[in-house]
Amino acid sequence: MTDRSFDVAVIGAGVVGCAIARELARHQIEVVVVEAGADVGIGTSKANTALLHTGFDAKSGSLEAALVTRGHAMLLSYAREANIPVEVVGALMIAWSNADLAAFQRIVQNSMANGYTAIRRIGVDELYRREPRLGRGAKGALEVPDEGIICPFTTPLALVTQAVVNGATLLLGTPVESIRDSNGTHQLVSGNRVVRARHVVNAAGLYSDTIDRMFGGESFTVRPRRGELIVFDKLARPLISHILLPVPSATTKGVLVAPTVFGNVLLGPTAEEVDDKTATESTDAGVQSLFDKGSHIVPALVGNEITAVYAGLRAATDHNDYQIASNPSKRYVCVGGIRSTGLSASMAIAEHVRDLLVEANLELVPKASFEAVRMPTIGEAAERPYRDSEMVSKCPDYGRIVCHCERVSVREIVDALRSPVPARDLDGLGRRTRAQLGRCQSFYCGARVAALFAEHSARTAEKVLGLARE
Amino acid sequence: MIEPAGVVVVGGGPAGLSCAIELRRLGIDRVVVLEREPEAGGTPRHTHHIGFGIRDLHRVVDGPGYARRYTDLARRSGVEIRTETTAIGWDGPTRLAVTGPGRIQDISGAAVVLATGCRERPRAARLVPGDRPQGVLTTGQLQQLAFLYNLPIGNRAVIVGAEHVSFSAVHTLIRAGTQVAAMVTEQSRHQSFAPLKWATTGRHRVPVITRARVARIVGKRRVEAVEIAAMDGTHPMTIACDTVVFTGDWIPDHELAAAGGLAIDSGTRGPAIDHLQRTSKPGVFAAGNLLHGAETADRAALCGSFVAAAVCSFIDTGDWRLDTVPVEVEDPIAWATPNAVPSRPAAVPHGALILRVNRVLARPRFLVTQGDRLLHERRRWEVVPGRSIHLGVSWLDRLDPVGGAIRIGVA
Repeated sequence: MTDRSFDVAVIGAGVVGCAIARELARHQIEVVVVEAGADVGIGTSKANTALLHTGFDAKSGSLEAALVTRGHAMLLSYAREANIPVEVVGALMIAWSNADLAAFQRIVQNSMANGYTAIRRIGVDELYRREPRLGRGAKGALEVPDEGIICPFTTPLALVTQAVVNGATLLLGTPVESIRDSNGTHQLVSGNRVVRARHVVNAAGLYSDTIDRMFGGESFTVRPRRGELIVFDKLARPLISHILLPVPSATTKGVLVAPTVFGNVLLGPTAEEVDDKTATESTDAGVQSLFDKGSHIVPALVGNEITAVYAGLRAATDHNDYQIASNPSKRYVCVGGIRSTGLSASMAIAEHVRDLLVEANLELVPKASFEAVRMPTIGEAAERPYRDSEMVSKCPDYGRIVCHCERVSVREIVDALRSPVPARDLDGLGRRTRAQLGRCQSFYCGARVAALFAEHSARTAEKVLGLARE
Repeated sequence: MIEPAGVVVVGGGPAGLSCAIELRRLGIDRVVVLEREPEAGGTPRHTHHIGFGIRDLHRVVDGPGYARRYTDLARRSGVEIRTETTAIGWDGPTRLAVTGPGRIQDISGAAVVLATGCRERPRAARLVPGDRPQGVLTTGQLQQLAFLYNLPIGNRAVIVGAEHVSFSAVHTLIRAGTQVAAMVTEQSRHQSFAPLKWATTGRHRVPVITRARVARIVGKRRVEAVEIAAMDGTHPMTIACDTVVFTGDWIPDHELAAAGGLAIDSGTRGPAIDHLQRTSKPGVFAAGNLLHGAETADRAALCGSFVAAAVCSFIDTGDWRLDTVPVEVEDPIAWATPNAVPSRPAAVPHGALILRVNRVLARPRFLVTQGDRLLHERRRWEVVPGRSIHLGVSWLDRLDPVGGAIRIGVA
């Protein structure tokens, strides 16, 4: 199958790689996405704070600032087109000390320099009027009305689905082990499989330095920074109305409290340098530190039930900015150092990479038509199938709820197993439908969901339950 | 479209079905039970051991037999059971929005009885750190995998918890051919009956590790091991296994109650109720393990049939007067139910207050006081968490109707 030669190979199907694949798939070229993992968006892209940033706090003049600002507008509009759950709830950056208050002037100036002018100071009275459950002791806040929350799972899925339905190839479970250059074609080797492509885009996230080394690059090293997060029960959602940010320190953006598009409340992240790129486990110390901070920000939050605790790794580098560079003679673009803002910036990064490829003599002619995608509705702000009379009466299985906590129906599960980029395991099913991701964590639905998965896919129950190798 | 009903019962487990049967016996027409699973019967459907039906059916059957029996009795009594049908929210004081196969509609009853049961707290809610692989289960999920869907479990399991249900999990695992490596409890001893312990962990030589907790789960795709740490921080050890079952630590499935704005008791975490199982919202009653997670199925069923009389009386008279005294508890008592008692002697569900404690107590004295008056005192040899203490209510006649809340504590 891989004797075919592609025009561009994108290494990595995180949100950035997926956005690049979609952007390239608009044109009359052959695109392949080569992903080491079993699904798209399962590295840094799946375990983050799920915010859609305006870029108000990105360092002005940086590439990151420019791409986040543009990416915010692009992704907001794309989310509405592709039915990605998104809510522009606004953020309040809260000053807890006089030093925090003093920092506001610099933050506002930075925001203005980035072209974001809707930022404004609000006083203590207005702050507590708008967030009455906020812990005592706040001294004021900056309001950033356009900060939003977005689904980190649906975003890469929508982007890659659109790439695939428009002709791109997606190779999952294909870790790139070495790269050879022969007669103007790169050969990406993965086990006994070889993928040939004229141009390569490195969007390998945590492993982008490893791939970069294969091209002789030595300019950056990924230093994984673990972030642990706590997801509180949906019953906690009425406690807050906005994203509640701290004033960032020199080293970290700090711990925030934010609603999620699924109607939960998120507390986190921690920031801890780790050596291991697979160290996505949560820790006692991390969770405890979040509880300490959370009980200060929204005291009522910590009495609520916890639905999930998870940890993700940010692909931080020694640099303070994205590390995007093109090497036209090698027909190679490196997209490294995409930090926590990558979700927001992804579509603008894709445009930027497209331009770099054109400069490297990739000829791009737009396709006559580019098919749109509409993702299944999994966000709480829209009408989910179980509430949609028309869907339920047309297809009774949308009314047969399997996962009770997240109200996922039989038909949504079947849809996710038959989609252009289908779920390949239970975690993937959860990211596509919400099944098993609610408060009971599979007490009620785990067995039935696994049975449905086995019934409607080519996988045995042993494989579905992780008891047999793929 | 609004469908009228006599009474809407939410939940078709032992409490909901026995309530519906009793409502029919008392002459209520159009009793509708909303059951969100494909079959009615509740948790006993997948609890394949003997010991069901002693107090309510006066016979001994296994869980699935018990579930079938109640479902049959309900159908024969003219109860309308709607399966795969979920109450998704409230559209009025006693009117529910309902989603089922092919249909979204409203259903309105003269009264609503919530009997939504309880679930075990899963791993995340217990803040157990580590990886998030497949193979981390609760007993509910384990039993459904084994008995409802006949799916594979794993080769070697560690059980977290040592209460009744934990031993039921051992039973299920052994039947499924899974070796049980150990049982781990934070308490100083197991919290079940000696014969049950003997028949499971004893007979199959499963070590019960006390005063210890699971400190970490290891494994990316599937569980590979758990790290156990003693509560005093000493002797960490690693047990290789592919399955971890979190058992007990019940929490009521109270989301529909909370969505309806019902007052939630901070102890039971179910809706606050009085001795007639009335919630804070006129016309809405509650029954079963939504009020006390988890009692045995027969007690849940008795709780369900008990509430029917109060429901009928409300339908007949429209009377929702409160003539009660609130019940408060002090640590180490975790919770008590009901949350209010009659200010004059009257029947209470189970004929007693049901209490649970937070930790193992040797020779406790339970004290019931109102203001500085001691109403009742009762000694016990030993009490353990996860097991109910029944406190008789012979002292109700000594209650001062306007004397304020009664308090239950331990001396």
